[in-house]
Order: sequence, then C-alpha cells, then structure tokens
Amino acid sequence: MRVLMFGWEFPPHIAGGLGTACYGLTKSMAAQGCEIIFVVPKAHGDEDQSFIKVANASDVEVAYGHVIEDKVMMEKLKVIQINSNLVPYLSPEEYATETTKFKEGHQFITHDVWKERYAFSGKYGANLMEEVARYAVVATQIAKELEGQFDVIHAHDWLTYYAGVAAKEISGKPLVVHMHATEFDRSGENVNTVVYDIEREGMMAADRVCAVSNLTRQIVIDKYGIDEHKVHTVHNGVMFKPSDETEIERHIDDKIVTFLGRITYQKGPEYFVEAAAKVLEKVDNVRFVMAGSGDMLNKIILRVAKLGISDRFHFTGFLKGDDVQKMFGISDIYIMPSVSEPFGISPLEAMRSGVPVIISKQSGVAEVLHNAIKVDYWDVDALSNAIFSLLEYPTLSNFIKEKGSDEVATLKWDNAASTIINIYKSLTSE
Amino acid sequence: MKHICFYFQVHQPYRLKKYRFFNIGKDHFYFDDYLNRIIVERIAENCYRPMNALLLDAINNNKGQVKVAFSITGTVIEQLKLYAPDVIESFKALADTGCVEFMAETYAHSLASLKDNDEFKKQVDRHAKLMEETFGYKPATFRNTELIYSDQIGAEVDELGYQTILTEGTKHILGWKSPNYIYSNSIKHRVKLLLRNYKLSDDISFRFNTNKPSPDHFFTQLLDEEGDTVNLFMDYETFGEHINASEGIFDFMKALIYKIAQSEYLKMSTPREVALACQSVALLTVPHPISWADEERDLTAWLGNELQDDAISKLYELKDAVLEQKNQGLLHVWDALQTSDHFYYMCTKWFADGDVHKYFNPYDSPYEAFMNYMNVFSDFARELKK
Repeated sequence: MRVLMFGWEFPPHIAGGLGTACYGLTKSMAAQGCEIIFVVPKAHGDEDQSFIKVANASDVEVAYGHVIEDKVMMEKLKVIQINSNLVPYLSPEEYATETTKFKEGHQFITHDVWKERYAFSGKYGANLMEEVARYAVVATQIAKELEGQFDVIHAHDWLTYYAGVAAKEISGKPLVVHMHATEFDRSGENVNTVVYDIEREGMMAADRVCAVSNLTRQIVIDKYGIDEHKVHTVHNGVMFKPSDETEIERHIDDKIVTFLGRITYQKGPEYFVEAAAKVLEKVDNVRFVMAGSGDMLNKIILRVAKLGISDRFHFTGFLKGDDVQKMFGISDIYIMPSVSEPFGISPLEAMRSGVPVIISKQSGVAEVLHNAIKVDYWDVDALSNAIFSLLEYPTLSNFIKEKGSDEVATLKWDNAASTIINIYKSLTSE
Repeated sequence: MKHICFYFQVHQPYRLKKYRFFNIGKDHFYFDDYLNRIIVERIAENCYRPMNALLLDAINNNKGQVKVAFSITGTVIEQLKLYAPDVIESFKALADTGCVEFMAETYAHSLASLKDNDEFKKQVDRHAKLMEETFGYKPATFRNTELIYSDQIGAEVDELGYQTILTEGTKHILGWKSPNYIYSNSIKHRVKLLLRNYKLSDDISFRFNTNKPSPDHFFTQLLDEEGDTVNLFMDYETFGEHINASEGIFDFMKALIYKIAQSEYLKMSTPREVALACQSVALLTVPHPISWADEERDLTAWLGNELQDDAISKLYELKDAVLEQKNQGLLHVWDALQTSDHFYYMCTKWFADGDVHKYFNPYDSPYEAFMNYMNVFSDFARELKK
C-alpha cells in the first residue's frame, strides 16, 4: 500500500500530540509494509527557498531515538517539507493577532510551546485561511508530480483537509481524513464556523473518516452530520521518549496533586480547583499544583484566592522539556478533568512515570484505559473522593501505579496501523 | 436409580450507596436502600414468585417425586422480609411440602471460612437458626459461599455438625474422576462431598440462551450420565432474571422436572437423601480452596489482588472491637460488610470480559468499588471504636 499523507507537524519539529501521533502511526504502518510519502509544512525560520523539499526519513532526527537505526522506516517513509507557517493549535483569530504583532516589529514571545517554535517570516499569507488554501495549491502540485506513486490519500486534521481534497480531485485516489480533534473540543460550543466548515467539507469529500475515539466519532456523526458508516474509530497508540533519568528532588513531605495542561475551558481547570478545596477541608498534608498557562489562568487564580486555599494551591506557569518530567516525578496524583478531550496523551505519560491518574469520562483515552480512575468532569464530589481515596488508601495508589505502568506499555500503535491499513484496503478494492 | 439433585442458591447482598469521604464521620448509614429495593422487587417478580409457584405445582402434582434444595442467605431473607414478604411465605409453602431441603451456609454469604474460624462458626450457627425459625427446617447439609471448599474447610464444617458438603466438581481436582459419585473429605472421612456437575449445570445457567436445549434432549443427557447422582447446582436467579421468561426457561424447567419425576430410571433427591443413599467411592484431596466461579474455579474472583486482600484484612482486624459491641445496628453492618459480593466488585481479572461480574454490579470499575468500600469501612471503624 502506498500512501500520500498530509500532516502539519512531523519530527524533528514536533511539539504537540499530532506530530507524535503521526510519527508513531507512520512508523507502525511502515513496519506493516506501507510506503508513505509524508507532506508537512515547514516554518521554523529556515532560509531554504526551495518550494518543496523531499527528505529521507534518515535525515529526520527524532526525539525517539535515531530513525536511521530503523531500516524499515528509512526505506518506506519519505518526508516532503513545504515552506509554510501553518501553525497547529492556533485559532484563526490568534493567528491574525500573532502575525500582526510580528509585523509591527515586536519579538513574538510566549511561553506556549505550541506557538513559540514558529518564527514568523511575514513572507506568507496574512491569515491562516490563506495558508490553508496555499497548502492546498502545493498539494495539487505534489499530487501531480507524484502521479502513479500512491494509492490512497490520508489527511490529518482540518488544516490539511483542503490539501487532501485537492489531491483527491487531481489524482482520483480515495481520501481518508483523520480527526484528531474537532472544533467543538477546541472551542466548546462557540465554534469558529470557518473551521467547522472546512472540517465538515473535508469529511464530506472523504471516502472514510478516522476518529481518535468513540467520543470524537460521535461528535463527527452528531454535530457534522457525517454518515456513520464511513466513520471509524481508530484509538491512538502511545510511544515514549527513552526516559533520561531526570534527578527528582522532593523538598516537601506533602503529597502533590497535579493538573498539567492548557488552562482553558475544555481542560476543565475549574473542576480541579473545586475538588482541591473539598479535599483540603479533610486532609492537610496535601498540595495542589496547576501547571500550564491559558486564557482562564486569571480566573482560576481569583477562584483559588476566594476559596482561601492559596497556601496549598500552587501555579507553576508553563512547563517545558525536563520540567514536565520533573513535575510528574514529584506528583502523587495526576488529574485530567477535561470537559472534552478527543484522546489525551498526558495521563499516559503520567502513568508511565508511575503516577496514578484520574481522568474524565469525557476523554477518548478513557475508552482504552482500565487502570485509571474515571469520573464525569462535572462531578466534583466524585473527583475529590477519588483524590481522597488515592491519598488515604496506599493499597489503591500502589496497585493502580503498578498496573497503570504495565498497561501503558501495551498501548501500541500497531493496532491503529493495522486498522487503518484495512480501511485503505477496503477503499482500493472497491 | 440414578439421583438427580437440584440445588438453588438464593442470595442478594446489601449494596452500598455512593459514600464519599465527606460522609465519613457524619453519615453512618451505608446502604443503597432504593437500589436494593428495586433489585429485590424485580427479582421477586421475575424469578422468586414464578419459580416458587412452578416448583410448588410440580411437587403437588407429582406425589413426592419432585425434590429440590435451597440455600438462602440471611441478607436476602432480611431484604425479602422488607420488600417482598410474600416470597418468604411462598418458600414456607415449599418447606411445608416436605420435599424441599434447606441448607446451612454463612449468614452473610461471607468469606469468613477463609479469614476467621470463630466468625465462620458463628455465622453458620446463626444461619441454621434462621432456617429453623423461618422455615421450621433444621439444616443437615452445608454449602459454603460460592461452593468454596478445601480439606481444611471440610474438616471445620464437620466440627460444626455437618457431614454433607456441596462443592464444585472442579476439573483440576477431579482429573479423570466423575463428579457423579460421592467422595469423602480427606481429613474427616465421614464427611461426604456432593460435587456439582458443571457441564450440565452450566448448560442451563450459562448456555441456555445460546444453545436452547430441549427438555427431551437434556433428559436424555441425564440418562446418559454415568454414576450415582447428577448434581445440578445453580443460582436461583438463573430462572427469569439472568435468563428471561420469554426465552422459555420456565417451560423448559417445568417439562424437565415432570419428565424426571415420571421417569423409571431417574429419581429426584435432595442432597441429604443422596448422602444417605450413596456410599463414598474415594477420598478427594483439595489442599487449596476451590469455588464454582469463573474458569479458574478458585478464589481469585474475591481475593488475590491487593485491593481485595487489603479490604478484607482490614475488615477482619475489627473483629475484637465487634465482639465487645452491643449495638444491633453496628452488628448488622458488620454482617453486611462481610458479604462476598463487595470483594467480587473489586476484581480486576476481567477488564475485558466482565460479563458475569457486571451482573448486579453497581460500580463502573473495581477502583470505584474499592474506594467506596473503604470510605464506608473507615466510618464504620470509627464508629466501632467510639
């Protein structure tokens, strides 16, 4: 099977869940015999003016060990990088603001890693939609040049959907689009209708839609009106960086309960705060840490102060690199109370570090994980009860710690890869 | 004539309500009365009433040829008294026919036989007393919670005055031997063991829906079985609750019972009668406890993972405090918390196919079961020590 795949991040410049996911997925697909041409925008300030750069997988240095050691991957995977500043995790509005800021000559500084790594050259389109359209033009070009070299097209997330559709129109090959998140997960009910429309058009034009969880699949069917027969759930796998034995230093004896993520509506930070207040009424040797930044931070700080728990509730700001590992290292409980989480990889990272996790039932990862405590995100009583139990009953936390780290080791990408290959097969034999 | 021995287990636990840590220290009522009530009422309607009526009719119409045995736990009797007292009356009516045996077990359907000898004896005595009071029947046969049995348990039961015990015809214990004979306890040779024929029992209780055996076919299988007795042991809730009436389970049982009653070759008998009529053919050595649960037929449904072991050990650590206790309410909680179901809910063996374990299970996960149980336990322990 030969696949033309469109993404928007890939090693070495991966930061978010999507790059990791694409890497894990393509690696397993290559191992199962797929040949993949991976097209990815490249906008990290390189001065390379060539329109398209084709790189061998061996040129791509990875955070997960060197690809060069992986012969299969070297033979089966090609990466095409396009100069573009498509930015994941930025809404069109944010894109406009940041671009304007840059043009005004201010150095763009943020502590959000999603944004930070992109240098804005100003050479490209003034708004994100133009970039999406431009990516589609490039895709058309690529599809033409690579005619006869692929059997199926696979596009990851909405930024690449126009590209996928354009490639399909040029080549007549079937299109699979992959929903790693929906606009409803990103924005709650106040969706950006332009993004929604692109997602919907992409899925309508696609022959099959992959959703990263049943939860996402249901949103796709209910809120986008996509025919349920063409929407398949393909649960993500997980792949970890080899752990680099970071020295963990604990300076306090208190137990630490951690929230780590963007402090935005869909991550449910306020439920974490309310639960903390309830636990602190009963337990005194515990501290709560909220790591991350986001548009709800100020509101959360005010709420913490109002509840009178500021002495036990700490903010770290945005954590990156080793600090994330350190945070997991000193945590006794990790909580992901997301209101809406298409999949959610961070609890798996916590479990791998031997931290018991509590996750919301409204997360895709809850569909595949057994050794986590699951609560409804709004059920503050259940959440605080789970925190209390993990703190008070060491048998429970030890058990879940042990079973959890065993379990994450079994969540491989191979299953996802074979499901997807079967989807391709059903399309190419039609 | 070959004996056909039907025995039915009747049990419902007191399910705990959602008990959060905020409740600890101020709320001392632990049970989900509403849930327990609707479940008991539903099972009474689906199973106990129609099946008791069916058996009573069959007994009356077949002049002493229809015999069955029951083991009814203290916790279900207490709840039936509250929510469906007519069911107690219908069991009494069955008792009055003289064709029904009531067996002894632990009052609270507990795992005391594995954890605490004194408590075990006490519970068996209390249950026997309850059988006498309620049904005017003095039990002569013992069956332990979930047919849990070992050489050691058998010997202890002998001391309690029971020389007939029911257990599972576990393959890994029997090997080539047949469950259709009587065996003896390897320590106390006078103790007779009746072993469950799991193949034919499960053809009814687990495979009825898929295989739809006909009464004629099942009857022929009974005829074909070699041995002195075929022991068909199952949960009473099989009839009408686990297997819906619309599947034809009642018609099947009725036809089967009538056929056996009228047969020249088969004879329905109670465990007590089988034990009297048949000689033991060999000693059975069971060094490690067995049960009738799951594929493994061992204790791992209730004990074995750290959550289960911790919860039950902590519970039995309270025994001394309980002994000093006079408060009836707290003694009742002590019973209810020992019921094996609570530990069953904490089982992590079947994350994948927890079908059987999900039945009547109020929790979404074993972790929730453990958290809730331990919260209740914490408050109970505080109350006891007051």
